[in-house]
Formats: sequence, structure tokens, C-alpha cells
Amino acid sequence: MAQIGSFALLFALALSIYCFGIGLVALLRKGDTDWTRLGETARRAGVVIFAAVFLAALALVVSAFRDDFSIAYIFHHSNRDLPAPFKFATLWSGQEGSLVFWSLLLSGYAFVLRLRYKTDPRLFAYASVVLAGIQIFFLSLVNFAANPFGLLQGPLRPDGTGLNPLLQYPEMVIHPPMLYLGYVGFSVPFAFALGALIMKYPGEKWIHITRRWTMVTWGFLTIGIFLGAHWAYAVLGWGGYWGWDPVENASLMPWLVGTAFLHSVMMQEKRGMLKVWNMWLVFASFWLAILGTFLTRSGIISSVHAFAQSSIGPWFAWFLAITFAVFVFFFALNHKHLRSEHKLEAIVSRESSFMFNNLLFCALCFTVLWGTWFPKISEWVQGNKVTVNAPFYNRVAIPVALLLIILTAIGPLLAWRKTSFESLRRNFKWPTVGAVIAAVFLMITPPSWGGAFGLRPWVDISYFYSLMAISLAVMVTLTIASEFYRGGRVISEKSGQGMFASMVQLTHRNTRRYGGYIVHFGVAVVLIGLAGSAFNQDKEQEMAYGDKMAIGPYTLVCRSYTSDEFPNYEAEWAVLDVYKDGRQIDQLTPERRFYKASQQTSTMPYIRSSLKEDLYVVYEGLNPDNGHPILKAHLNPLVMWIWLGVWIIIGGTILALVPNAPAPVVVPVPARRLEHAAPVPAGD
Amino acid sequence: MVRPLRQTQLLRRMKAPNHKMKPKPNPIVRRALQCAALAAAVFAFSGASDPSARFSELGHQLMCICSCGQILLECNHVGCPDSDMMRNELMAAVGRGDSDSLVEQAFVQKYGPTVLAAPTTTGFDRTAWIMPFVALLAGCGILVYIVRSWRNRPAPALADGITPVRGPELDQFREQAEKETDV
Repeated sequence: MAQIGSFALLFALALSIYCFGIGLVALLRKGDTDWTRLGETARRAGVVIFAAVFLAALALVVSAFRDDFSIAYIFHHSNRDLPAPFKFATLWSGQEGSLVFWSLLLSGYAFVLRLRYKTDPRLFAYASVVLAGIQIFFLSLVNFAANPFGLLQGPLRPDGTGLNPLLQYPEMVIHPPMLYLGYVGFSVPFAFALGALIMKYPGEKWIHITRRWTMVTWGFLTIGIFLGAHWAYAVLGWGGYWGWDPVENASLMPWLVGTAFLHSVMMQEKRGMLKVWNMWLVFASFWLAILGTFLTRSGIISSVHAFAQSSIGPWFAWFLAITFAVFVFFFALNHKHLRSEHKLEAIVSRESSFMFNNLLFCALCFTVLWGTWFPKISEWVQGNKVTVNAPFYNRVAIPVALLLIILTAIGPLLAWRKTSFESLRRNFKWPTVGAVIAAVFLMITPPSWGGAFGLRPWVDISYFYSLMAISLAVMVTLTIASEFYRGGRVISEKSGQGMFASMVQLTHRNTRRYGGYIVHFGVAVVLIGLAGSAFNQDKEQEMAYGDKMAIGPYTLVCRSYTSDEFPNYEAEWAVLDVYKDGRQIDQLTPERRFYKASQQTSTMPYIRSSLKEDLYVVYEGLNPDNGHPILKAHLNPLVMWIWLGVWIIIGGTILALVPNAPAPVVVPVPARRLEHAAPVPAGD
Repeated sequence: MVRPLRQTQLLRRMKAPNHKMKPKPNPIVRRALQCAALAAAVFAFSGASDPSARFSELGHQLMCICSCGQILLECNHVGCPDSDMMRNELMAAVGRGDSDSLVEQAFVQKYGPTVLAAPTTTGFDRTAWIMPFVALLAGCGILVYIVRSWRNRPAPALADGITPVRGPELDQFREQAEKETDV
């Protein structure tokens, strides 16, 4: 298997070099039929790269299933008793394998792109060459710097050291693929952008093609980020879902810039504006995705995700420098081609809202980038490291994020070119009233209701932020609802359909716009969930048989605690009865595992979720003095709203990708004929 | 009571065109500003005063030094060699009534500057806090410059015989076009 995999990777590299070199020369010698034919062979070679990398990835997975510990990578990341899904996940659980996986996804994207070349052969040929250049980098890495098929030195070992226990969780089977699909996917818009820049592409067709790819990529990255947050919440056992770790930040940066691009791209499509800006945003999304990988794998910045550190940092640094230089060179050469076609007519317009939206997204991205790099910068400047963690981001990023949410509420109400203050006032009145009512209601309710009720913003700044977040989420929701209602009413009046059917038809007729609104609604729901973190409570207690722990409205009673042995791990857990208002409502079994192969422990918190709050219980271990278990209970309000919001965001993104239904042609019927018309059966 | 006031108002109105008087702010705006200042003062001076709240607040400003990369009060490692000891030290300091800065200084002296979860607001560390807002302001400045230069750009020339539609008529057409196409 090792030989097959190694050969496949080498073959894929050779094909990439051919695809890049021949493809480039064919593009330079346009009009020469011989070279055009050779260019076609380059495209076909590019298609075959996918098969070669797929073979290499398959060889690695088969090696994991066959417990082939002669391969160093399999020895370090698998063991005989590892359950089958995690053996499959071995592919991306270590440095070398994850780079093969990255190459596989990149070649998969390039495969689809090269098959769809007839959309615009010349632009696709440029994009194919750019992607081949990126493939050369990643395939060189796995061939020369981080070979996953390297053989283990010394005698053959009977068993592997096993997968990191933190990764032995169902979500780890899908979280990395989603995240990587997001990271890698930004290569495609970049390839199109660079291609369009080099060839001075006329018109906006390239941006239409790029937008769809970016939306798919953005969707995957969103899912990946939230799956990571859920994994952190469900596995790490500290009761939170976002720790501002450099690895988390690395995924957030391209997401923020990609989101900015998905908004500003509309300016270019509809008004021929922001062409230079969009070009830079596409480049920045790609570059930040690579920078994030550089950060997390080079070891330059310390992170809890230390399992992926190695010496491949210089490779990434060079790649970042080269891509930057190439992009800047072609931008300097051809930037005059990117002049804006229209001028801004009014400050209060959809255009200006998109520009401020972009400004805020980029400011947030800069904050995250700055905070992530600051420990290193501090070390260079003053010789000592500092920590930049949640308190910094909460103070700096939250106010900017709240401004962004205000813009999310206002933006959909603004028309292109110019909006009168009168129409803004008319459309904005009810969402504002709703937000104020929500804020007042939350402030006057008693705190004993739990959750975010009884919110006193003057007690703590975090309460103030929570109140703002929830009331702005209400405002965003009402704005979106009013947009659906207004559009639905117009169709309903014209067609005589019911309001709901009209709104469905409205959505079908402009899936992108209304899909986008649903995404905004999802963001509002996520925001409510995030606002709940201001009210988190926790309590730690040693609990013998029958001991009680009270937290919020719940009382936990320890029924028993025990341990057992499984093939892959040993487990200790407690059995806790949960009482609320004197009535037993549940039984929890928080657990702690000791993985035999890796000799590492991991907690498996038990989470009882409801819309109002999560009861999150962690088994921390036994007190060595008396053998009683130590348990930590967290009461985390509104967390479920975050996961619900993510589902809504995914739904909205999918909807926005669906092509629009054609608008029915309405033929006005004379009133006299209508009076005598027979009813038409439904469905005709 | 009413009459002198009206006279004063009349006098003010008469004087206004001749003298560049500083306009008095609208009473509603003035009241709103006063409320905002009061609210800001409440936020500035309100703080957790009871020991458990102070312990929680300070505990979330410090890092556990066991290299787990977690906030002190969120470190959940079983058998963590440092977090219990650090929490006890914090509890003792809060119990003694040490000020926040004194507690933080003591921790920095003992464990080094990385024990603080965020940079300080002194020396070079200050740039950590300033730079994001500088970037935002710079971005705003650039945005304003771009918008101004766009607005000052001459409108594209029209072909002979075409009269441009402007003002309310243009707004009316736009509204109609939006209604008919944007649904």
C-alpha cells in the first residue's frame, strides 16, 4: 500500500507540473492550433490528478483499516481497537494525512472546474493553470516534506499509539472535511479572479461564476466552524464553544472576508462598482485560508491544537510570499481595467450599506488577525510574550459586531442608488418598535425566570451587550419578516393566492435574495444563543452517594458511580438524577475515559439541552483521598439557539444556490370576461 | 409668565440673522446626552463589589499556566498541577481585599506576563487595544474619501436629444421600477 500511495502522489505531482507548464504556454500562445491541442491535454492531465490523489488517499485509509503499522503515520494515528469510523478519520487526523486530504479536496474542486470548462473555455483554462500551480505546492509538500507513506524505523510494532482521544468523537468524522472544503474551496474563486485579472476579462461573467463557488465554499466553512464549536462544547468539557484559540481564529478570518465578498459582489454584479475591492477580497480570502494553515501547522503561534505542529512552516511562508507577489504583480499590471462603471448617487443607499458592511467585516478580520499575531509581535518588539484571549476579543470585537448587526437590520430596507428618509422611516418603524419592546420586556421581567430574563444592563457590561444583541436580533428578524410580508402581499394582490403561498412563490422567484434573508435570520438566532453566555453559571462539588448539588432550578443527586473496561478505553462515570421543582426529570451519566493506546484521558460531558438552557455536567475524576467523584455542573442559557441558527443558515445558503423560478407572465384579463369566466381547476 | 418668554424668543429670532450665535441644542437632544452620560458613568463606576463576583471577574482575566491555554476559572484538567493553587491564591487575595491591579501585579510577578488573559493598557501593550480602532477609523476615512470622489465624478454624457429625468419624477420612476422588478 505504501508503494502504491507514494507512486500515486508522485504521479499526481508530475501531472500537476504538466498541467501547469503546458497549460500556461498554451495560454501564452493563443491562436496556435497545435498549442491549443496541447492545452487540451493539460486540462485532461488536470482531470487525472484527482484520480491519482484519490488513489493515494485510498491507500492511506486501507492501510489504517489493515492496521499496517509499518507506515509511521498509521502507527502514530491509529490502533487495532480504534472503531471503524475513526480509522477512516485517520486520513485527516495528523499532519501528513491532512495534507493528502487537502490535496484530494483541491483536486476534487479542480476536477469539477476542468469538467465544466465549456462554460467559458479561456477563463476556465486560466483558472485551471492557477489551480495546478496551487496543486504543485501541496503535492510537493506531501512528496518531499510531509510524506504520509514514510516507513517506521526499527522493528515492526504490534499496535499503534492510537488516535488523539479528543478526536475520537463522531463530529470529528465530519468537522475537518467540512472545514477543509471551506479552506480549499477559496482556491477556486482566487483562481478565477487571478485568471480574470491576467486576461483583463471583459464584463462581469467571471464574478457570476465565482460567486456561486464562493457561496458553496462559504457554506462548507460555516458548517465546519460551527461543527468545531459544537465539538469543543461537547468534548473539551470546559463548558464553552469558542475559546479564541489561534486555530479557531484561523478559520474565522477567511470566513469574515468571504462574507464581506458575498455582500460586495452584488455591487459589482448590479452596478459595476467595487471591482478592485472585490478582486482583493477574493485574494484575501484565499490568502488568509493559507495563512491560517501556516499559523496552525508551523508552530509559530502556540495553540491547544498542538497535534498538528511541524517544520513545514517555511514551505507555507514561501508559498504565501509567492502568491502575494504574483497577485500584486498582475494587479499592478492590469488594475486600470477594473475601473468602476457607476458613481455613488446617495449616502443612504444599498451601495453604501454594503460598503460599511465590508468595512466592519474587514475591521473584525483585522482585529482577529491582530489579536492572533500580537503575542508574536510583542515578543519581537519587547522581548516578552503576552496572552491575547477572550477578554481582549470581547472588548474589541463585540462593539464592532453589534454595529454589523445594526447594519444587517437596516441594509435590506435600503434601495439601490437612493433611499428616501421617509421610506426608511416607514419601513424601519415596526422593527425598531419591536426591538425596544423586546429590550424593555427583558429588563422588567424578574431574573428568577432564568435564561436571559431579568436582564439588567447597568449591572455589568456583558449584560448590556446581551441586551443589545437580543434586541438587535429581534430587529433583524422583524426587518426580514416585513420584507417577506411586503413582497408576498404584492404577489398575493396580483395573483389572488394566499399569503403563505405568495411568500413561497416570492422566494422561488428570487432565491438568492430571500435565501440571503434566511441566512440573516439564522445569524439573528445564533446571536440570541451567543447572548446567553453572559448568564452562564457553574458549580464544582465532590459528590458521594446521595449528595446533592443545586444549580439554577436544577438539583443533581448522585445515585452511583462506577467504572468499566472497553476494548479501546476504560471509563469512569457517575449516575446523577436531575430534579426540577421537586420532580425527577432526567438521569445523567457524565463520563471520563482513559484511552489505552495513547495513555490519555478525555471527558465526555453529559448535556441536557433545552431552548431555555443547557445543563452541562462534567465528570472530573475521583478524589484520590476518599474515592468520591468530583463533578462540575454548568448552566448555559440559550446555547441550543446557536445550533438551531446554524441549521437555518445552512438552509438559507442552500436556498440561495437554487436557480430562480421564472416569473409567471401575467396577462391582464378584461373585467367583463372575468365575471363570466368559469373557475379553473387547481394545478392548471 | 408666558409673555416675557415669547418676547425673548422673538428677540432671539430677530437677532439670529445678524449675529452668529451658537445654536442651543434641542432640549430632547440635551436630555438624551445627559442620560447617555449618566449611563456611561453608571457603567464606568459600577463594578462587582462582592467577593464571589470579584473572584469570578478576576478569575476570567487570568490564564491557567499549565499550558492548556484556558482561562483560569475554565481550566478543567483533572489533576491540573496549577489551577487549584492559583484559584486558592486568587481567593485569598480577594478575601484580603486587595485591589484588582494589586492582584494582577502579584500574579504577573509570580507567573510572568502571560498569566494575564489580555494585554495591559501600558507601554507597547497599549497598541494591542488601539490598533483595531485605528484600523476601523482609517477604514472609515478611506471610505469617506472614496464616496466623495465617486460623488464628485461627472455623470456620463447623454446622447443628443435625451433630456435627463431628475428630482421627484426620477424617484417616482425608480420606485415603480423597484416594485415591478425587485419582488
